[in-house]
Amino acid sequence: MTDSTVRRVVFSVLGVLILVVMLFPVYWMVNASLQPSGNTLTAGLLPLDPSFSGYRRALDEQGGNLVTSLIIATGTVVLSLLIATPCAYALSQFRSRWVSIGLLAILISQMIPGIVIANALYTAYERIGLLNSIPGLILANCSSGIPFAILILRSFMLSLPPSLVEAARVDGAGLVRAFVAIVLPISKNSLITAGLFGFLFSWSDFLFALTLTTKGGARPVTLGIYQYLGTQVQNWNAVMATAVLSAIPAVVLLIVAQKYIAAGAVGGAVK
Amino acid sequence: MADGTLTRTAVRRWPRAAGRGRRGEELTKILFVLPAAVAMVALFGYPVVKNLLMSLQDYGLRTFFTGEAPFVGLANYTAMVKDQLFSQAMVNTGLFTIGSIAFQFAIGLGLALFFRRRFPLSGFLRSMLLLPWLLPLIVSSATWRSILEQDNGILNRTLIGAGLLDDPVPWLNSPSVALIAVIGVNVWIGIPFNVTLLYSGLTEIPDELYEAGQLDGATGWSAFVHITWPNLRAVASVVLMLGVVYTIKVLDIILGLTGGGPANATQTLATQSYERSFVDFKFGEGAALSNLLIALSFLFAIFYLRGTRRAVDE
Repeated sequence: MTDSTVRRVVFSVLGVLILVVMLFPVYWMVNASLQPSGNTLTAGLLPLDPSFSGYRRALDEQGGNLVTSLIIATGTVVLSLLIATPCAYALSQFRSRWVSIGLLAILISQMIPGIVIANALYTAYERIGLLNSIPGLILANCSSGIPFAILILRSFMLSLPPSLVEAARVDGAGLVRAFVAIVLPISKNSLITAGLFGFLFSWSDFLFALTLTTKGGARPVTLGIYQYLGTQVQNWNAVMATAVLSAIPAVVLLIVAQKYIAAGAVGGAVK
Repeated sequence: MADGTLTRTAVRRWPRAAGRGRRGEELTKILFVLPAAVAMVALFGYPVVKNLLMSLQDYGLRTFFTGEAPFVGLANYTAMVKDQLFSQAMVNTGLFTIGSIAFQFAIGLGLALFFRRRFPLSGFLRSMLLLPWLLPLIVSSATWRSILEQDNGILNRTLIGAGLLDDPVPWLNSPSVALIAVIGVNVWIGIPFNVTLLYSGLTEIPDELYEAGQLDGATGWSAFVHITWPNLRAVASVVLMLGVVYTIKVLDIILGLTGGGPANATQTLATQSYERSFVDFKFGEGAALSNLLIALSFLFAIFYLRGTRRAVDE
């Protein structure tokens, strides 16, 4: 009895140690962001004399880019969910030989590298004037948001009992009304999961930002960080402060929406 | 009584629904799928076809002014293979992919087995472990770059302080070390994903199997070989395939950490494809390289599908 208690405590301590090692870089990012400006690489283990000059500079130089990222990520979530949700419902409830074809297409799409999409979109955007624009980046980011949302939502909607919708249909509701009034409300949690991940994907996007913006206009914060890194870095505290600000959505999601995150990671990949 | 109401309303309303006609309903069904189908064609179908075409064209900077992109057969592919960097990029891509997958899977499996034991905080610690995977890759790159900095980075300072090193290691500035450093960072990023998926696979193995195994004397390593691994194989193969498909196209981490340098030591097919298209504006050659990436991904996917089919047949 006491023996197993000791073992449990030992495992807890080991677990904490593993977490400390794995999350050390994240801690270091925060620590370095709080060092006074100048060469923050010589930072001590603790920010004993915290300075917010890095954050002031980050907000000055990258504040606009953070807002751009926010707009792009929100737009991607809205557009992805609008497009993916009805399709996920169809793939989970309609019986048709097209269902397996659709799923196969989604599976294959996951193997297409982003650079292929960027190559083609660049030439197309150039012609229709979507380069350096927020709508252009929203559309490009939907390439990860839509398939992922379809997979997540479908794996949830597969578990909906057909009788639920049938009852409404029998009452005279059309397909669309049954979908909006019954399916959507029940699917709230999986919609949140898909939305959170869609937000995170496009917030983190770097490839499309790098390739589809060549000047001014739409500059997400990931590109801002990359430009900080481009030359010899002079002010690590500003770079790290921007990094911390860019990490906020991930941290918030992890703390506020823990159960959705694990569900999303597993659901999107395996099911 | 509830049944009675249902039947009554059904009888009353059914004619109306039926009157709307089957064809209207088929049309609605199509409308459910249409936006997604259009999006998938525009965001995946079009790029794949466009890339195939571009790889056969002299598609360069001039094209954007003249609109002309003459077909040149396989010239882009021969140029790709003849490029001095090609074999190095192939080797680097292989090393990067195999190294990343091997370590993140092994460590991920170890941690998943560890967290499978029941102890206080297990669930909380496991979910916090996901953080490196959720961070934007460029944020991780920036952070690791400061950690790996040669002169004042915390890693070198710690190693020297502990007496493990005499001189600072140029983690990202030495051609012989940079690829290892980049793989290390990618492993760090990939571990959480491996832990989460493998852990969920482990929880689906019924406890009874272990109880029965215990009666037969299967504990510890022998339980792992005879019970855990056979039952985890399907999940493990999904994890490995997703790992390959993802790792083979990684761009953010390499660009953020080394930009492909020093002396091209960390150039991969993906970074080369990016450079050909968006630095040199030779879109034809960039497309040829990225088509090779697609082909390699498919190759692994086919191996995987054949492997899982065999596993199911058994």
